[in-house]
Amino acid sequence: MSAKLDLRVLGPILALVALIVVGALLNSNFLSAGNITNVLSRSAFIGIIAVGMTFVITSGGLDLSVGSMAAFIAGLMILVMNGLLPTLGPGVALVLVGMLAALLAGTIAGFVNGFLITTMRIEAFIVTLGTMGIYRSLVTWLADGGTLSLDFGMRTVIRPIYYDGILGISWPIIVFALVATLGEVIMRRAAFGRHAAAVGSNDQVARYSSVNVNRVRMLTYVFLGILVGVATIMYVPRLGSASSSTGVLWELEAIAAVIIGGTMLKGGFGRVWGTVIGVLILSLIDNILNLTDGVSPYLNGAIQGVIIILAVILQRERKADG
Amino acid sequence: MKHLALAALVAATALPAMAQDVKVIGVSIPAATHGWAGGMNFHAQQAVERLEEVYPQLDFVLATASDPSKQVNDIEDMLATRNISALVVLPFESEPLTGPVKAVADSGAWVTVVDRGLAQDGIEDLYVAGDNPGFGRVSGEYMVSKMPDGGKIVALRGIPTTIDNERVDGFQSAIEGSGIEIVDMEHGNWNRDDSFTVMQDFLSKHPQLDAVWASDDDMAIGVLAAIEAAGRDDIQFVLGGAGMKEMIKRTADGDQMIPANVTYPPSMIATAIEMTAVGLTSTAPVAGTFTIGSVLVTQDNALDFYYPDSPF
Repeated sequence: MSAKLDLRVLGPILALVALIVVGALLNSNFLSAGNITNVLSRSAFIGIIAVGMTFVITSGGLDLSVGSMAAFIAGLMILVMNGLLPTLGPGVALVLVGMLAALLAGTIAGFVNGFLITTMRIEAFIVTLGTMGIYRSLVTWLADGGTLSLDFGMRTVIRPIYYDGILGISWPIIVFALVATLGEVIMRRAAFGRHAAAVGSNDQVARYSSVNVNRVRMLTYVFLGILVGVATIMYVPRLGSASSSTGVLWELEAIAAVIIGGTMLKGGFGRVWGTVIGVLILSLIDNILNLTDGVSPYLNGAIQGVIIILAVILQRERKADG
Repeated sequence: MKHLALAALVAATALPAMAQDVKVIGVSIPAATHGWAGGMNFHAQQAVERLEEVYPQLDFVLATASDPSKQVNDIEDMLATRNISALVVLPFESEPLTGPVKAVADSGAWVTVVDRGLAQDGIEDLYVAGDNPGFGRVSGEYMVSKMPDGGKIVALRGIPTTIDNERVDGFQSAIEGSGIEIVDMEHGNWNRDDSFTVMQDFLSKHPQLDAVWASDDDMAIGVLAAIEAAGRDDIQFVLGGAGMKEMIKRTADGDQMIPANVTYPPSMIATAIEMTAVGLTSTAPVAGTFTIGSVLVTQDNALDFYYPDSPF
């Protein structure tokens, strides 16, 4: 029993190792510090969101709105900082206000999703499909169809959040690692993680076991909303702009990463470290395809799709055995 | 189709009653889903506002569609309920819009097609076209003039479409035999984030590059950020395109990394609306094809192409 379980757990890790070997063989620059930093930093946005998504899916929910939400929060954060620039001046204070605005907006957006799903008892798929459209339209409207850009003077102040770090490790990587570790600890050790799995497994039984089902569900959405805010704080400094094309399909990438990592789509079981591996697998595929010639760029999506399905098939087989 | 035929019939019978009154021009365009389309929406609204004041005998209906089927619905509604005398349409996609636009033409209304042609020739009365092969050619010729001794470049492509293919083909034939070599080409999808990622990987893969053809200003912004973050100084310049105001400003200010731009003006929708209005209200002939050339913008003429009020 335990040997079979181990194989199932090993699936995503083996896929990741295989990708790294393939990448290293195809291009000598693949394992350079620069490339590794690039890949890990750009994984951080989806990664931070996917950690939150792991909890939502584990408790039997789904959130399709996170990509649009990230775009909307990015737009809002830029508008807030541009608006307060004359009074606060370019500096750390204004950056902190921008961050606070992003976290607050994320919390509220997560709360709205959670409220509609738990209190109003609307299907999560429908609620978040609706809010997905709402946030996408709102950011287009805020930008007047164009692009919202951070004031140029402010951009140099905020730039280090994406590009700098400690001991050569950039901030997005550090924050991603912290969020993932925190998520793993909560999922494994805290009562909340067990409650989320119990609610996703069977909410009736969870209710009889005196788990406050609505509260757990609500918290997963609020937690995810806050993490979307954190991801946006990492995203805005990179290019200093947001438009209607920001964060398109992030929700599906996050969900794919969660499932590749071994969390069950129908809920009841979640694995945060698996999600991290799933995120890395997805960004490595893109990276390797860019670093190699010989594969038509038209086929990038097809290759991603095949690898996602393969990774999940590996786990399905193990599960059928067990 | 039944619905269409019926709509056409209703419009045809209702037309005589409307003729001596106000004429309605329908304008159907894709919604502002990316920078260029945002600029196009802005110029369409500006043109409509201006023309409604100039011509009291004209009325305008402006509809923006987020996908081709919504655009088909918009056009059917205009024909059925607004008795349009003319339609100005920038088709979302050629194939699905051909039938509905043909129904408008069959009803006797004037049809102006903008930018993207229809799948069948001869439906429209006026075609205001952007010049995609020319866009690529002008970009390529600039590269050749800027790098007479040749060099290594990477190119970013847009969303895989006919537009993108025509541009790249024009570019490639313009640099043929010049010694300029495209060492790598990937799709950045006219998107800042995608082009940033692709450019980072190009920089990891190629230790020495001379220039970048970003082929679009949104992509140029992503490319510039990637180059700056990598601290690379081997790349002499980045050539974008389409004339985004921020990039035109940098060219005007003499930024060495952005020495030029190639236009593909979103304001071509305004040209189309104006010409249609002229056609409806005067005896001046406007039927035919009007191609809006892609022009090279350098520091000398950049201010002529700078529209600070436009969102693009």
